[in-house]
Amino acid sequence: MTALLDVENLHVTFRTRKETVEAVRGVSFAMGREKIGIVGESGSGKSVTCRALLGLVRPPGTVTADHLLFDGVELRQADPRHMRAIRGRRISMVMQDPKYSLNPVMTVGDQIAEAYRIHARASQAEARRKTIEMLEAVRIRRPEQVYDTYPHEVSGGMGQRIMVAMMLIPGPDLLIADEPTSALDVTVQLQLLAIMDDLVQQRGMGLIFISHDLNLVASFCDRIIIMYAGRIMETCNAAELHNAQHPYTQGLMNCLPQIDTPPGKLPVLQRDPAWQDGSL
Amino acid sequence: MITVRDLSVTFGRGRRAVPAVQRVSFAVEAGGLYGIVGESGSGKSTILNVLSGLNRRWRGSVTIDGDRQAMQRDLAFHKKVQMVFQDPYGSLHPRHTVDRILSEPVAIHRLGQSAARVVKALEEVGLGPEFRFRYPHQLSGGQRQRVAVARALILEPRILLLDEPTSALDVSVQAEVLNLLTGLHQRRNLTYILVSHNLAVVAHMCRRIAVMNRGVIIEELGVETLRDRSPQHPYTRQLLSASLGYDRQAVAMLEEFDMDAY
Repeated sequence: MTALLDVENLHVTFRTRKETVEAVRGVSFAMGREKIGIVGESGSGKSVTCRALLGLVRPPGTVTADHLLFDGVELRQADPRHMRAIRGRRISMVMQDPKYSLNPVMTVGDQIAEAYRIHARASQAEARRKTIEMLEAVRIRRPEQVYDTYPHEVSGGMGQRIMVAMMLIPGPDLLIADEPTSALDVTVQLQLLAIMDDLVQQRGMGLIFISHDLNLVASFCDRIIIMYAGRIMETCNAAELHNAQHPYTQGLMNCLPQIDTPPGKLPVLQRDPAWQDGSL
Repeated sequence: MITVRDLSVTFGRGRRAVPAVQRVSFAVEAGGLYGIVGESGSGKSTILNVLSGLNRRWRGSVTIDGDRQAMQRDLAFHKKVQMVFQDPYGSLHPRHTVDRILSEPVAIHRLGQSAARVVKALEEVGLGPEFRFRYPHQLSGGQRQRVAVARALILEPRILLLDEPTSALDVSVQAEVLNLLTGLHQRRNLTYILVSHNLAVVAHMCRRIAVMNRGVIIEELGVETLRDRSPQHPYTRQLLSASLGYDRQAVAMLEEFDMDAY
């Protein structure tokens, strides 16, 4: 069976007059219909990697790769038209902050229905029915009422559930979630993860979950990719994270304050310049 | 050092009034490390704003270092009590150099020897003199937060109010800033009140912890109780289990807590 997604030697470079920034430097991974987490600190290249998959890196950014295979299709050779058919319909992405990702002057229901009609060519009534079903699936109470609200009238957690509904309504095969819960309270965060978890499982989708929260990813995903300075430092099974080999992964885990550990000095992550060049 | 009795804060009037903090009482001894933890909107930052004098509409009594505080604070108060804010990207003036940011409080309080104080404050937060004439955009997030801590320390206050000091930072940088704060507490014999949504950060830094929900302190506990996983209130227990990571079964058991429950 071929992998759902197969990335080989992905590079993303931003060239400006002043300098050249290599945001992603030789990232390779393959995934099936599973939950995979990408963890890294700011600037590690985790978000840019996923934007590159969707063809969302704008000039002056350039993307090169040996291959970028999605369900057997080479994304690098897809023309804009073909890419539009894939983006949203087959791969969709939930961004960090619903406040900036939702259209402020359109009701949330119409926005979700629009996402459905673009990809499914359904009638208005059919789209409305589907939307309300979807709102129910992300556990929004009274979906008929919420359909007619505007984004500023809903809370952060509800906004993010609306985003998830919008991204899932075309029935994608792969969902990319870029820090979808970082702006939310812990309990709301867990509820949203549970919703994504259930839907991903029911529909047999793949999920790429980007986060800086190592503990959360370890408890939520099947596998974890740890990135630093545009490279993959280590890939491991979530359950075996505590056996992680790479000093960067160990450093990331150790510098987290724990409820159990007595106060005192936290170990500080010592960055080894060699991590930037060599890989494991 | 700090005693708060029956503190209430209400935003808005009449039917649209929002009770942000309701009859909150707590006390922090000199040299204490007190934590306030809660979710967004629970009122934890509002309490800090009252203590620091930023909020001037409240009821109840606030006593700091033996002095009953009025709404309006004087210069001597601000020399004693300083605050560090959440977002070092927003709390430093983008067009002022580090030197100017740090000398301003010195000038306001007419302490004199500005240059020497600036260099000393920078050294104390682990920044070399080469940072003195940089602008905030030339600093990383962790360095900025160090500058914000230096600005608070330059007046040699006795109380530091910390409002989510590390939540805008990466975990590795968070560890550095927390270590800095721990070290300063020991060296300077400061009194801290740390507000955070992160239970692990509060448990790491503080000895006594108040758990807030919807404007009310629902439980005050020692850090040992948290470490033993034996808090009394179901809301605290839920917060504790939620901060330990994702567990599908545990999520199904999550409850809504609101005022009626108390």
